[in-house]
Amino acid sequence: MSYTGTFRIWRGDADGGALADFRVEVNEGEVVLDVLHRLQATQAPDLAVRWNCKAGKCGSCSAEINGKPRLLCMTRMSVFERDDVVTVTPMRTFPVIRDLVTDVSFNYAKAREIPSFTPPADLAPGEYRMAQVDVNRSQEFRKCIECYLCQDTCHVVRDHEENKESFAGPRFLMRIAELEMHPLDVADRVPAAQEEHGLGRCNITKCCTDVCPEGIKITDNALIPMKERVADRRYDPLVWLGRTISRRRG
Amino acid sequence: MTTTARDAGGRGVGGRGVDSPGRAAIGARTLRSDRWWLPPLATTVGLLIFIGYATVRTFQQKYFFADERYLTPFYSPCVSLGCASEPGAAHFGMFLPDHPLIPYAALSLPFLLLFRLTCYYYRKAYYRSFALAPAACAVPEPHATYTGETRFPLVLQNVHRYFFYVAVVISIINTYDAIVAFRHPTDGLVVGVGNLVLLVNVVLLWCYTASCHSCRHVMGGRLTHFSKHPVRYRLWTWVSALNTRHATFAWTTLGTLILTDLYVALVASGTITDLRLVG
Ligand code: SF4
Ligand code: SF4
Ligand code: FES
Ligand code: FES
Repeated sequence: MSYTGTFRIWRGDADGGALADFRVEVNEGEVVLDVLHRLQATQAPDLAVRWNCKAGKCGSCSAEINGKPRLLCMTRMSVFERDDVVTVTPMRTFPVIRDLVTDVSFNYAKAREIPSFTPPADLAPGEYRMAQVDVNRSQEFRKCIECYLCQDTCHVVRDHEENKESFAGPRFLMRIAELEMHPLDVADRVPAAQEEHGLGRCNITKCCTDVCPEGIKITDNALIPMKERVADRRYDPLVWLGRTISRRRG
Repeated sequence: MTTTARDAGGRGVGGRGVDSPGRAAIGARTLRSDRWWLPPLATTVGLLIFIGYATVRTFQQKYFFADERYLTPFYSPCVSLGCASEPGAAHFGMFLPDHPLIPYAALSLPFLLLFRLTCYYYRKAYYRSFALAPAACAVPEPHATYTGETRFPLVLQNVHRYFFYVAVVISIINTYDAIVAFRHPTDGLVVGVGNLVLLVNVVLLWCYTASCHSCRHVMGGRLTHFSKHPVRYRLWTWVSALNTRHATFAWTTLGTLILTDLYVALVASGTITDLRLVG
């Protein structure tokens, strides 16, 4: 069941590069990463590709296959026809280091900008008690493997380098949603979501959801609910009035 | 093997977006080889068909009331003085001037339009298909700068919930229309094919309205502790289940609105006769 497939791989670094064609053996049951490993072993020993788990759990092997952001280890060769040319490039939103490896530190910088979990002051570690129904929503977001494919595909930064400063990206707007929905978190990140982390730049076109390998409904369950929370605060006079009255009453 | 060179400034071709300095110099704007342009094209065609049909029918000011009991949703509530041409069509009084540019349902249509225009699903649909921002995932958008929904007028999308509240009221009126349509002024209680058409339409309109993201938020989404609000949690669960099909309802209701209106128009104009099932 083996065949020889055609692969077009981007080789290069920050100074430039190009797509190079290779003919590589493909066996039944393999994923794109298997083929890249064979390519390294047989023809291109210096091909740079980042990977760790080969099980879709570490989030290291993010790249773009035939123009779509995907995990190399979770893209089966069986989705292609034998005579398809399979094009593999690095993620196109982050600076390239070499070949298929990009510098994803943008994401770590954004992660640090989100205030971390803040439990009530009078609660010591070990005293945390939560009802399952209250953490269900946050738990969906905890499935994230930090592959940053959503960050890579989001047009807000992919197509506009200048937005990187003012936009945290779907992964970290989802982090804000996770903490905002957390039953024990007492910090308020709603105004900052809009003002500092760029929630208003998201136009809910759902590409982040489309590419998430964990199938997290980022747009429906995190971004839109956050937009609604922002609307509560900033764009809904009735909610504002209700809050003001109930605050007066104590 | 052709090398995609960079200019003196180290920029790739074009120098912005995926060609920004530091990013892999790939050359092609997108390497997607599938028919990524098909969904935005289909969306454009679908929306234009609806807009065209709705515009023509809204301003036709004819054939909106059939068999003395079927009122098309495009003319509900019928509040123009012109509604007098069809006795029995106006249930909420007639007070708007009869003018070719004022729709007979001028009280509800603008809000229904705004409800759908600010809907999270339709936003996605027209941002992708009309604004090409982006036309498809990982396909570069043509705009030089992008601010999303942070500025006027798009920042107004945030008032969607108000149009949702109005849409609930209008859905109640549509439901009323569907129910009173079972009463014929002379024949009494009757059931015709048209009744089933109106009924299916109104049920689907409710599905669309109730599956709204703002509805989901209002029902319980804004809470942090579901465990303290069991009833709202239950409501949120139901709306969430509907919400996963919101896009489907958005399209089916465009279809059923056209079909319902067309049915009423065809019966009203005498092109077809409504089949009576009971009475
Ligand atoms: S839904 Fe928003 S965050 Fe997700 S890809 Fe689209 S614009 Fe980016
Ligand atoms: S949300 Fe999904 S796509 Fe984004 S980083 Fe996490 S796992 Fe990857
Ligand atoms: S190698 Fe770990 S996700 Fe692919
Ligand atoms: S109607 Fe679509 S989100 Fe409200």
